Amino acid sequence: MSLSSRKQPLGLRIFSVSFVAVWLILAAFPFVWTLWGSFKVELDFFSKADWTNAITGARTIAEKGTAFTADGYRGAWVQEEFWKAAINTAIVCLFVVCTSLTIGTLGGYALSRSGYRYTFWLLLAALIFRAIPQLALVSGYLLPFFQWNLWGILPTTIIVLVAINQPFTLWMLHSFFQKIPKDLDESAKVDGCTQFQAFRLVIIPVMWPGVITTGLFSFLLAYNDFQVTSMLLAKENQTMVPKIASFLGTTQTEGNVMFAVASVVSATAPLFILVMFFQRQIVSGLTAGAVKG
Amino acid sequence: MKHKTFFWFFLPTALAMLLFIALPLVSIVTQSLYTAHEQVFKTVENCGPFGCKQETTIDQEATAALRDEKPMGKWAGAQIYMDRGHLAVNEVRAAWRSSDSWGAFLSQVSNFPFYSALAFTLTFMFVVTPLCIILGFAIAVGVNSLHRHLKGLVIFFSLLPMIVTPLIGSLILFWMIDSRGILGSGIQWLFDDPNLSLKASTGLTWIMLMVYGVWHSAPFAFVVFYAGLQTLPQDTLESAQIDGATRWQQIRYVVIPHLMPLVTFVALIQMMDNFRVFEPIVGFNASAHATSLSWIIFNDLGGETRQLSAAAATSVLTVIGVAILLSPVLVRTWRDFNEKT
Repeated sequence: MSLSSRKQPLGLRIFSVSFVAVWLILAAFPFVWTLWGSFKVELDFFSKADWTNAITGARTIAEKGTAFTADGYRGAWVQEEFWKAAINTAIVCLFVVCTSLTIGTLGGYALSRSGYRYTFWLLLAALIFRAIPQLALVSGYLLPFFQWNLWGILPTTIIVLVAINQPFTLWMLHSFFQKIPKDLDESAKVDGCTQFQAFRLVIIPVMWPGVITTGLFSFLLAYNDFQVTSMLLAKENQTMVPKIASFLGTTQTEGNVMFAVASVVSATAPLFILVMFFQRQIVSGLTAGAVKG
Repeated sequence: MKHKTFFWFFLPTALAMLLFIALPLVSIVTQSLYTAHEQVFKTVENCGPFGCKQETTIDQEATAALRDEKPMGKWAGAQIYMDRGHLAVNEVRAAWRSSDSWGAFLSQVSNFPFYSALAFTLTFMFVVTPLCIILGFAIAVGVNSLHRHLKGLVIFFSLLPMIVTPLIGSLILFWMIDSRGILGSGIQWLFDDPNLSLKASTGLTWIMLMVYGVWHSAPFAFVVFYAGLQTLPQDTLESAQIDGATRWQQIRYVVIPHLMPLVTFVALIQMMDNFRVFEPIVGFNASAHATSLSWIIFNDLGGETRQLSAAAATSVLTVIGVAILLSPVLVRTWRDFNEKT
């Protein structure tokens, strides 16, 4: 509302609207373009002759008879068995979100309700842990995982992702729990509840907005991860992102690039839907950390 | 909350972080001090009808026994850190002696993988972080003056570059700037040079990666600043207007000071994230021209020969880098905390 339209001169107004419009195009156009192009053949999507081919699909019509072809999708999902990767991703995301929320809520709640000095140090340690590049940690896992035969399977990856996710989850839930008045669980304790009963009966019913927001970010971390999943999963257990990366290795043969394009679009679709439904939560989550900072 | 209750509440998450974040850190330090065993050779005399020959073969059993006995490998001390793939101490010293100017010295040093990766990582971090803060702020101010109904839509599309998987986001842009893609051929047409390829030159590759970095992380800065603008103190702004402050002065003396804590927050998060830049290098297939510290680790770990010790040494150096980066923040937080209590 601040610098709102009141007596904004016309020139400035045009400038600011067109600036936002340019940004919108920058942000959205690549996705639209790739979605459109994923239904074309490679010679149209990468058109040396004429860029309008990518829009009209001249070669696609010549080869397939129609302007749209689902060959890329068929190749990726059926021939290259992308559906297996999609199922693996679903399993990984589900378990990562559930586990990290369960242990994260307990930890974040404890941090927000304990007034002792060590909570500060724990939060600081979590901040440092968050800053460490995942690949640096992965190089520490490989040798023990090989020796104990834990490498390559989904449960290992899930636990690792949960752990890597914890620092962020703790920070976020900590700040959410601090907004819930302490009087609530204090009065429950006065009435004779133990701390855990107070948590279960009083806090759990009111914590869901914060937990859902944190869960969204846990989901995004698990869904988007490439560093951990590409290193810790065997080829047959791959999730979607490393699977897409493995398509790239074989780009030489014609059609394979379109498999990658189709699978990229397929993997982006759930994220679109997520943003559509949870835009408010994502925005509030991004800013929740900032309030503390 | 009592210590004991706190302990039980915090135990699961503490265990997860100890086992999978703290212990791996110990593990990379120890691993980086050992190298893989060399294979054990044995010499056998083969006597056939044409006389005896000495043959040297790999003693598989002895090698396996050695590996089982000491799975960590052979003690190497700081040797791995000093070798050509990491700090390249001897080579750098030689370069220092042989080169007569700073420029020549730096260009020699940047040939070593660790230093070239460090150069790209730091450049990426220090270029992308301020640019995305500036762009994010500009978008936030622009969106804030839009009509109410448009805001939601704009925010939806603005979130996309940030939400999308970094590897996928960079692939989408990579295909567009391919010399046969729409942006690539557009740039060729613009500069009237049919052979222009963004992938061929180091400078253009760096710029391309940084443009991707800004595209990817500006939405985060935008959302945080936009939320900050909603809490702008109206009375301060109004008094500034009454005092005759121009629009620019209002932004300079009211809005920016109000958002300053958020700028620190965004800068901190962005520096942490940009320091571990990795996925765009894979997505843009740019490793010939630009490597980052994370990419070196990835490269060492992957492939047929998993060079665990080399990767561990780079990891330790990376973690030290993170510690140096974070140290001002940590010192400040510590001081604030001590003042408070």
